[in-house]
Amino acid sequence: MSNIISKNGLILAAFALVISAIVALTHQGTKVQIAEQETKQLLRILDQVIVKGSYDNELYKHCLVTNSLQFLGSTKDQRAFVALKGDQPVSIALETIAPNGYNGHISLIVGLTANGTVSGVRTLTHQETPGLGDKIEIVKDDWVLSFSGKQLKNHKDKRWLVKKDGGQFDQFTGATITPRAVVQAVKNTVIYFERNKEQLFNERARCGEKQ
Amino acid sequence: MNQYSELTWQGLWKNNPGLVQLLGLCPLLAVTSTLTNALGMSIATIIVMVCSNATVSLIRKWIPKEIRIPIFVMIIAGFVTCVQLLFNAYAYGLYQSLGIFLPLIVTNCIIIGRAEAFASKNDLLPSAYDGFIMGVGFSIVLLLLGAVREVLGQGTLFSGADLLLGDWASSLTIELIKFDQSFLFIMLPPGAFVALGIILAIKNSLNSRVEMAFEAPLEVEKPQRVRINKVS
Repeated sequence: MSNIISKNGLILAAFALVISAIVALTHQGTKVQIAEQETKQLLRILDQVIVKGSYDNELYKHCLVTNSLQFLGSTKDQRAFVALKGDQPVSIALETIAPNGYNGHISLIVGLTANGTVSGVRTLTHQETPGLGDKIEIVKDDWVLSFSGKQLKNHKDKRWLVKKDGGQFDQFTGATITPRAVVQAVKNTVIYFERNKEQLFNERARCGEKQ
Repeated sequence: MNQYSELTWQGLWKNNPGLVQLLGLCPLLAVTSTLTNALGMSIATIIVMVCSNATVSLIRKWIPKEIRIPIFVMIIAGFVTCVQLLFNAYAYGLYQSLGIFLPLIVTNCIIIGRAEAFASKNDLLPSAYDGFIMGVGFSIVLLLLGAVREVLGQGTLFSGADLLLGDWASSLTIELIKFDQSFLFIMLPPGAFVALGIILAIKNSLNSRVEMAFEAPLEVEKPQRVRINKVS
């Protein structure tokens, strides 16, 4: 009896090994390509949140590391990309997380000009309900465009809420939690930027080469 | 009928995984909101089915009966992960738009169903062919559902084809009807259920005719005496 069990166990283990090896090989073979795709994707997104032509540095190389649980929604490091014109910082793109999505974290990137006006918001990853909450993706709906050009007057700015709560941003039919989380996260990012502007613009690029 | 045409007949009509076995409803209903997504899912499912059926058939003599299911699951999960990595590398846009449903192919019952019911008892070639043709049968339903829902839901066909096939394919997008607001009901899962139900009904109503045309004529049954209690 125990003989059969150990024999079957060994067979299972052998299969697990072979299959892990196949997966590992595929991973090795596609790693470079995937990283390339991700950089390309990053560039495409940065182009969407920061006006192209308003800067002249290599944006994805001027990268900083930020970290703020209170305003950026996570204890993990997030990246920020500074756009320079000559030596003057003109815009910044900050990665942030909305921790209170309907189905977990929503990862966003927020583009801001130097005076704190939102120049663009895009959703990077999320697990919101397909067909309802996924309208925060630009391919599904142009809702995120409603952030462009918006400014935050002060921390209690009533306009920075969804319409249901008396603000200026639309909610989705059947999904209010998702846009509420995104609006709050973008607002917090603007606050973070206002508070740390000097530091963000003066810091030297740190994570550019690793990309 | 030889074995292959029998398999084709089973996979495409008689025992179609999407319409008769009704396996794999989760991806069937979830990713068919556009034709492009349906096509991506089809390709991924066919690849996984052919590979897993072929592998299971090759090793079927060495796996003890008691532990065959965990081994099948492992094989399928391995292939799905590989397909996921490949999509991630070479069709990034589609990888993003299929999202969670790509790794969820693992839980698609058709694949383990065919591995268990067919591949574990048959030779390599028929098994691979069975995986392929069952995948194709499933894909036809996916594509049909995707097309119907996309046209009714947002009035287009092949929107987002460039995500799957590269930039040139954006010219494939056809705008058939112009809606101010997309028809949300069809785009959401309930619409998928209703559309699938209608397709099922059409399939069933055509059944007898198609079967007469394609299936070998059955032997004439001997008339039997039956007692009739009720005339309806």
